[in-house]
Amino acid sequence: MSDAGGVSAAVLDVRGVVKTYRGAATPANDGIDLQVHAGEVFGLLGPNGAGKSTLVRQLAGLTRPDAGRIMLFGHDLAADARAAASFVAYLAQDEPALDELPVGLAVETTARLRGLPRGEARSATATLLDELDLGAVAARPVGRLSGGQRRLACVAAALAADRPVLLLDEPTTGLDPVARRSVWSAIDRRRAERGTTVVLVTHNVIEAETVLDRVAILDRGRVIACDTPGRLKARVSDDVRLDLVWRRTPPMHDPTVAALAPSARMDGLRWSVRLDAASARESLGRLMSGSTLDALDDFTLATSTLEDVYLALGGRDDDLERG
Amino acid sequence: MTETATAPPRVAPGAGRPGAIAAFSAVYTGQIARARVARGPLLFVASLQSLGILLLLRGVVHNDPVRTTSAIVAGSTVLVVAFVALNLLAQRFGALKASRALDYYGALPVTAAPVVLGTAASYATFTIPGAVLTCVVGIAMYGLSFAHVWLVVPVVVAAGVALSGLGAAMGLLAPRSELATVLGQLAMTAVLFLGVIPPAHLPAAARAAREVVPSMTAVDALAAGLRGSPTWWSVGWRLGVSVLWGIVGLVVAARAFRRACAR
Repeated sequence: MSDAGGVSAAVLDVRGVVKTYRGAATPANDGIDLQVHAGEVFGLLGPNGAGKSTLVRQLAGLTRPDAGRIMLFGHDLAADARAAASFVAYLAQDEPALDELPVGLAVETTARLRGLPRGEARSATATLLDELDLGAVAARPVGRLSGGQRRLACVAAALAADRPVLLLDEPTTGLDPVARRSVWSAIDRRRAERGTTVVLVTHNVIEAETVLDRVAILDRGRVIACDTPGRLKARVSDDVRLDLVWRRTPPMHDPTVAALAPSARMDGLRWSVRLDAASARESLGRLMSGSTLDALDDFTLATSTLEDVYLALGGRDDDLERG
Repeated sequence: MTETATAPPRVAPGAGRPGAIAAFSAVYTGQIARARVARGPLLFVASLQSLGILLLLRGVVHNDPVRTTSAIVAGSTVLVVAFVALNLLAQRFGALKASRALDYYGALPVTAAPVVLGTAASYATFTIPGAVLTCVVGIAMYGLSFAHVWLVVPVVVAAGVALSGLGAAMGLLAPRSELATVLGQLAMTAVLFLGVIPPAHLPAAARAAREVVPSMTAVDALAAGLRGSPTWWSVGWRLGVSVLWGIVGLVVAARAFRRACAR
């Protein structure tokens, strides 16, 4: 994705958005502030329950905030949520409404409901199915496709009728690498040709680093950081991540192991420690040469990812995807 | 990327918003295709149920006046519509609501009325063959007049309108999808008993209840046609009342749809 440094006007301006679901003890969104600019691919990254989907549903006009303001192309969605539907295409995590429709008709119906006349909707559908390589399954009901093809069909429906803003909630979940690439090509093409703005929910850090112009990292309903992936990683760039996998209970009597333990994130016999590059090299050297080597099954040394940024900024959950 | 204070461009909504007829047509076409895939067996069952009732009552009713037999045939015919419009539609909207599928429509620039009407109309369309079959078999079985058999089509449309709004509203207003199914089933049972049993054979309380079941005027209109010499203004009036009931039901359903979308 290209650098979005040249874009300026805010398509979406979110200020102080708070949303608490009925019966919930804590708010799903707790004072969200962010701006999304024209032509940007903007990501919302965070673990499950961070409030990403709730925020996107509000941007799509499906839920009203309890407090705060969401301006979309100058329209206040808190006051008139229905205005969003004219500008936005929303892809939910699941689209059960399309399940029993043949793929072609699902896309065509969506295009018609976004205002395209029947003939135009039909030809736009044919183009889209070609673009996403869905032509062979055009006549099959969406619900009877494999998980990946089903997701791809829903992405096709979201792309129908070329909305200026795409709100995509985990669009590539379940897709194989080829389909994933064709989705990103289709989105990039729309951005290049029409200046389409994309807001993308993901909990996949690799995807976030490769396709996003800017990313807001959410944790427990709050934005804990918002910048380009490069700048965010620069905040913790001196650090590397040392991942250790033990064969058996780690030998705590070893001074290196004992020194790493307090700062390690432990998941059974898997340890993940963030530390500066020199200390990491030194620790690894000692582990490799000492008696601890027998207990060590595997190790990796990696530069910072957005997951490290998330953790360094105080993120408390641990279900971000690295694949 | 720097945060900018540039004022957002105000773009007028409205572009990319279909008219009500275009939206209705898109929903109707989609739902017809969907129903063709998924509902065939259920529609078969709906017709079979009515044919079974005709057969059952034929064994009970002997030498009864034409007023009784025409009511049985008309009631059984409208029952096909009731099965689909109440039972299946309440289930469908209950399931859409429970699975958050309404979000799909909620995020599109369409109003609730064409979505509800398009879905209801597609379900009603599938009842026409079963209703016509039931009516024709009933006329032959009970020796009624074929002269005005065409009346079955406007009656199915009027009853479809009358009941589908109600079915959709039940599905959308029920707090849980299981409850929507139960409500649809109960309503269909009421239409079965109050529609198939001739009014003269009903107790007074049931006769009063019959007056407020939206499809009963359509049943009466068809029964009058099957007797061979209907009073046309009365048939028109009864069908009109059914449609009026339907409009009320559809307005309630559209409001419930909007509410369900805006959770």
